[in-house]
Amino acid sequence: MGKVLMKGNEAIGEAAIRAGCLNYFAYPITPQSEVAEYLSRRMDEVGGVFLQGESEVAVGYMIFGAAGCGARVFTTSSSPGISLMSEALSYITCAQCPAVFVNIMRGGPGLGGILPSQGDYFQATKGGGHGDYRLFVMAPASVQEAVQMVMEAFPIAEKYRNPVMILGDGLIGQMMEPVEFPEDLVVKPTNKDEWATNGIGNRSDDSPNLVKSLFLDPVQLNSHNLMLKAKYDRMRREDVRYEAYNTDGDYRALIVSYGTMSRVCRTAIDFLKEEGLEVAMIRPQTLFPFPEEAVRDAAGKAGCQVAVSIEMSMGQMVEDVERSIQGRCPVEWYGKCGGEVPTPEEIMDVVRGMLKG
Amino acid sequence: MGKTFKRPEALKDNPTHYCPGCTHGVIHRLVAEVIDELGIRGRTVGIAPVGCAVLAYNYFNVDFQEAAHGRAPAMATGIKRVRPDLMVFTYQGDGDLASIGMGEIIHAANRGEKFTTIFVNNAVYGMTGGQMAPTTMPDQRTSTSPFGRDVQAVGMPVKMAELLAALQTPAYITRQSVIKPKYINRAKKAIHKAFSYQMENRCFSFVEVVSTCPTNWGMTPLDAVEWTENTLLPYYQLGDCKTPEPREEA
Repeated sequence: MGKVLMKGNEAIGEAAIRAGCLNYFAYPITPQSEVAEYLSRRMDEVGGVFLQGESEVAVGYMIFGAAGCGARVFTTSSSPGISLMSEALSYITCAQCPAVFVNIMRGGPGLGGILPSQGDYFQATKGGGHGDYRLFVMAPASVQEAVQMVMEAFPIAEKYRNPVMILGDGLIGQMMEPVEFPEDLVVKPTNKDEWATNGIGNRSDDSPNLVKSLFLDPVQLNSHNLMLKAKYDRMRREDVRYEAYNTDGDYRALIVSYGTMSRVCRTAIDFLKEEGLEVAMIRPQTLFPFPEEAVRDAAGKAGCQVAVSIEMSMGQMVEDVERSIQGRCPVEWYGKCGGEVPTPEEIMDVVRGMLKG
Repeated sequence: MGKTFKRPEALKDNPTHYCPGCTHGVIHRLVAEVIDELGIRGRTVGIAPVGCAVLAYNYFNVDFQEAAHGRAPAMATGIKRVRPDLMVFTYQGDGDLASIGMGEIIHAANRGEKFTTIFVNNAVYGMTGGQMAPTTMPDQRTSTSPFGRDVQAVGMPVKMAELLAALQTPAYITRQSVIKPKYINRAKKAIHKAFSYQMENRCFSFVEVVSTCPTNWGMTPLDAVEWTENTLLPYYQLGDCKTPEPREEA
């Protein structure tokens, strides 16, 4: 199949269907409502399940129920909606069910605004809900990458029996770009007989399966958390993803940026190169697990005077950048939020200024 | 002579943690008997609430999922929508269903989700230690209404069955009790009917069961039965609140 021009939100919906996920529950919220509108028609065509829940709180548990009985399932929302789903995310993670959550971020806090933002970095990577849990968080920088990440998210969720979050800013959802749906990314769902509540009669043994998150015995709860932690450590070992840009030669500054913001940074880096100023970039594609080594190595390269985290938020990812670099060079932050996106010129000024100072 | 009374296959051979005089055990047994009678144990999924029955999966011998407080109807919706072949029931108390989960139960009922809810109403929060519930009676003392429920301040007890029966979507909504053998027999029939409607994919089905909580009421089991009969049942009247239209014979 060739390329088609699609709006990000619709492409995300289609990507899930192509990945073999025919179950979708959601609640409308700007700027991602087009996913639900698109799937309300498409799920009917492909014989899938579409349901508009009464709230994001309820949708979180519809996802939990469906995932718990072994179905491939996903939802999409935007920042305030993800806050409401965060209760379910904590439960789903503890009960170890695979599911995919897409957050097309808007500005916050509170009702905030409806324009693109990256203000939910902490919520996504550090846990918006209670308890010790992590989501596997992927951050697309284009509609095509959003498609690929959605398609890859299901097997990753199943590999770890853990929710995957696609963290895109509003631009990823709203802009139109040419996309294709790679068939080699289609992975068959794993057999979930060992744990899913798919009915005793559908399995060979006669013992009930139980999907739960209650461990009243402190020793048991501690070992459960250790087991979860081992999974998160395995994510760190096996599935870190990032893109390095202009890192081959020497450079005087390192930018760390993700999503739409990284595309602006790339343009700024190209312009600065024309001026004779070399700047490199590490673009995390997974925000958890964070590409700590890549950022550390890039910042530690001889000649790199400063690392700057450029975000559409007020300094969230910069904490992971600092943690990764461990003092190898000074770490700065630059960002705007609420729908304002820094321009290439602004970023060029910022980098020049940091190198002077 | 063969066995005339035995543990249903849908119940495990585990002693329950429920207090003396609590009716959860009876209700568990009725649900399990119905599951056996309908031959659906192999495709039944229960949803445990938050409350005393959170450990229901230690007793039921079927697949189970555990919900957060009040969210069981949303979870059941998720399961039933993606696996309509499974028989799904939620088992919820009054704090869970009538307070924090009010939104989820109303919308699930209004969508006509094809699962069954067993609503155990004992007019008090059990597991957290006897706090006031939406179904606590006027002047009833609880650990958070030490002077009795003040209806001027917190309103009248919620009649869930009547409230759900007011929705326009067809459903089977009934209120039963299990404090005496005659009530138990009727409750069993109602639960059987509720699961049967689900099996026929006809409608949402809801069985409220007026129950006891001697521990948190501060009563002996016998006094609790009497108080249920004299105080709860006149307010929470037993019987069907709504039944689906009879099916036209083909």
